[in-house]
Amino acid sequence: MQAPQDRVGTGVAPGAGQTLAPGAGALQSSLRGEVVIAGGTEILRPPPVPPPVAELGPEVLRAMYRAMVLVRTLDTKMVVLQRQGRIAFYGPITGQEAATIGLAYAMRPEDWIFPALREAGVALVRGLELEAMVAQCFGNVRDIAKGRQMPCHYVHRAGNYYAMSSAIATQLPHAVGCAYASKLRREPVVSVACLGDGAVSEGDFHAAANFAGVWRVPCVFFCQNNQWAITVPYRLQSATATIAEKAVAYGFEGVRCDGNDVLAVYETARQAIEKARAGGGPTLVEALTYRILGHTTSDDPSRYRDEAEVAPWRERDPIRLFEERLREQGVLAAAEPEATAAWAKEQVEGAIRAVEGAPPPPLETLIEDVVAATPARLREQLAELRRAMARLGHDPLERSGH
Amino acid sequence: MPVMNYIQALNSALHNEMERDPRVVVFGEDVGRAGGVFRVTDGLQSRFGEERCFDTPLCEQGIVGAAIGMALNGLKPVAEIQFMDYILPAYDQIANELATIRYRSGGQFSAPVVVRTPACGGIHGGHYHSQSTESIFTHVPGIHVVMPSDPYDAKGLLIQAIRSEDPVLFLEPKKLYRSARAEVPEEPYTIPFGQAKVLREGTDCTVVAWGVMVHVCKEAVEQAARKGIECELIDPRTLAPLDEEAILESVRKTGRLVIVHEARRNTGFGAEIAALVAEKAILHLEAPIRRVTGFDVHCPFTLDPYFLPDAPRVLLAIEETVGF
Ligand SMILES: Cc1ncc(C[n+]2csc(CCOP(=O)(O)OP(=O)(O)O)c2C)c(N)n1
Ligand SMILES: [Mg+2]
Repeated sequence: MQAPQDRVGTGVAPGAGQTLAPGAGALQSSLRGEVVIAGGTEILRPPPVPPPVAELGPEVLRAMYRAMVLVRTLDTKMVVLQRQGRIAFYGPITGQEAATIGLAYAMRPEDWIFPALREAGVALVRGLELEAMVAQCFGNVRDIAKGRQMPCHYVHRAGNYYAMSSAIATQLPHAVGCAYASKLRREPVVSVACLGDGAVSEGDFHAAANFAGVWRVPCVFFCQNNQWAITVPYRLQSATATIAEKAVAYGFEGVRCDGNDVLAVYETARQAIEKARAGGGPTLVEALTYRILGHTTSDDPSRYRDEAEVAPWRERDPIRLFEERLREQGVLAAAEPEATAAWAKEQVEGAIRAVEGAPPPPLETLIEDVVAATPARLREQLAELRRAMARLGHDPLERSGH
Repeated sequence: MPVMNYIQALNSALHNEMERDPRVVVFGEDVGRAGGVFRVTDGLQSRFGEERCFDTPLCEQGIVGAAIGMALNGLKPVAEIQFMDYILPAYDQIANELATIRYRSGGQFSAPVVVRTPACGGIHGGHYHSQSTESIFTHVPGIHVVMPSDPYDAKGLLIQAIRSEDPVLFLEPKKLYRSARAEVPEEPYTIPFGQAKVLREGTDCTVVAWGVMVHVCKEAVEQAARKGIECELIDPRTLAPLDEEAILESVRKTGRLVIVHEARRNTGFGAEIAALVAEKAILHLEAPIRRVTGFDVHCPFTLDPYFLPDAPRVLLAIEETVGF
């Protein structure tokens, strides 16, 4: 049996939060850290992580900061659009920008990401145009996925950004299979499987983690534990104190980091990803964070949770925390936050202006991409629809007011 | 040309394709070392190594889910589900993920996975080793559904499936594994999807059947011929895509249709064929469409022979249809 291990404080610079290693006693030794109680929820705050500011350099740090602000601005603006009835739905990541951007910067361009709902920032960093993202939310002809999915279900082949599925956790085994292919070809490429705390309860999580452990593939599970799955708090989701410790049962390492500290996330994810790349197998990274807004625009959290629970997390706003640190370090000038906010606003508003009026995807696309060669029966069905529309002078899309 | 049984034909197809294309990987429960519980993957691991033919953990959604990821990333996975009765844990992965990825990504991603599985009954397996649930898959767009009825078709269609750009559910009637034999070339060859096979031509009644039922119907139409009834027996071979024209053309000629499947009747695939003929050839019909199918019950262990259509009952349906 392996000796109990705890990477915290062992001098593995620059520290990556808590590590749970398989083996006896691992749990106790790794759960050291500051437990705070907020609104009845136990929160484990890991020991502080020294920031790798010097390694990253000011340019990258500023880019990370700008990306976080851009994601927040996009969210804020799109939620307003939804309220105004201009888009159908939106799933904000507000409060979780550190997790998404920290992860994005920890990945290399050749890596793959299998996103859940709150990884939009990763798509942005990996080259999906802001206009394409906004168009995806409108579901119009400018959406590179032809308006096939609900808002926030981004997909970007060129960025190895897999198509988000609404079905929770189904993407996790895909990431493992993708990593198997990389390993078979001896390619140093890592697949990142993203999930939320609720997804951990799904069978697909178990399937994926178990396969990944047995196959020892270069796959990193990246869990944004925002402590809520719609209206269900984490304590009703799982009886383990952390999500990271579940990795022990699958035979690989689990690490929990402060999900509101972008550099902690970056460093934890980077170490896991590089370990996988080097042949060290999977890691389960848990970024502990908090869902500040409703689950989506269809949800009103005041119905089921106390503002008292949210307040301490608002205090730990990841953008403000990062801003303060960058200013302390002299990376960010005093006027920069304001300028960045203005820049982000213009970016987002410009993108909306550019794509909002675009027409819906053409009717022919209804039957495209079902299989490689569109079958005759689909052409027949489309012809039937066209005939009916011509006879009736009626367009169902216009009639729906969609 | 060598004579092969159904298993040998499939095994030959897998050998051919793994030889030809290094991207082909074969896996599932007991598939590697043991060569599969029915020996379909026999010899592949020793020939191609443990990275290309291997055992997986016992988890159907993991098998199909991982196959999707492999296919996205350039492999050609051929995944085995040990029995079709146990494919349901993977149904979400097949219907919601595998079948949809091309469409919902706007054509940016595709996952050409082959899922092979021993299907159908007649082997005294009770409910959990007898089901033919093809219609819950033909209901889903984006995936081809294939059920070959003899070794020659099995090999050609499996190679076609492996080379397909789309996902394929490949259903193998396990009762035929050792009982069906045919001349099968050693070399690779393909049979296109969506092309029915006419096993017997006739002008009195069209009989449509797939899988084991093709053999049951062969017997029935031979007996009918001895009574002076000339049936046309059609095996669609692939249910999705379906060779609609072959069925319609035949019905326009015979004016009569008997559909035989061992799957349960309610919303079975026979209903789709009946609806097709009703929509496109009803004025050619001289008798009501008949279905001879499995009962709408859970396949019973002891009373299995009542559940499954047999040749005498098919013959009776033919005679009643012709005599209507
Ligand atoms: C299989 C499945 N079950 C239920 C749902 C409905 N649903 C959508 S999101 C969600 C909660 C997800 O929670 P979590 O995994 O914590 O992710 P978060 O939304 O907090 O980022 C649920 C139940 C779904 N989309 N898929
Ligand atoms: Mg959550």
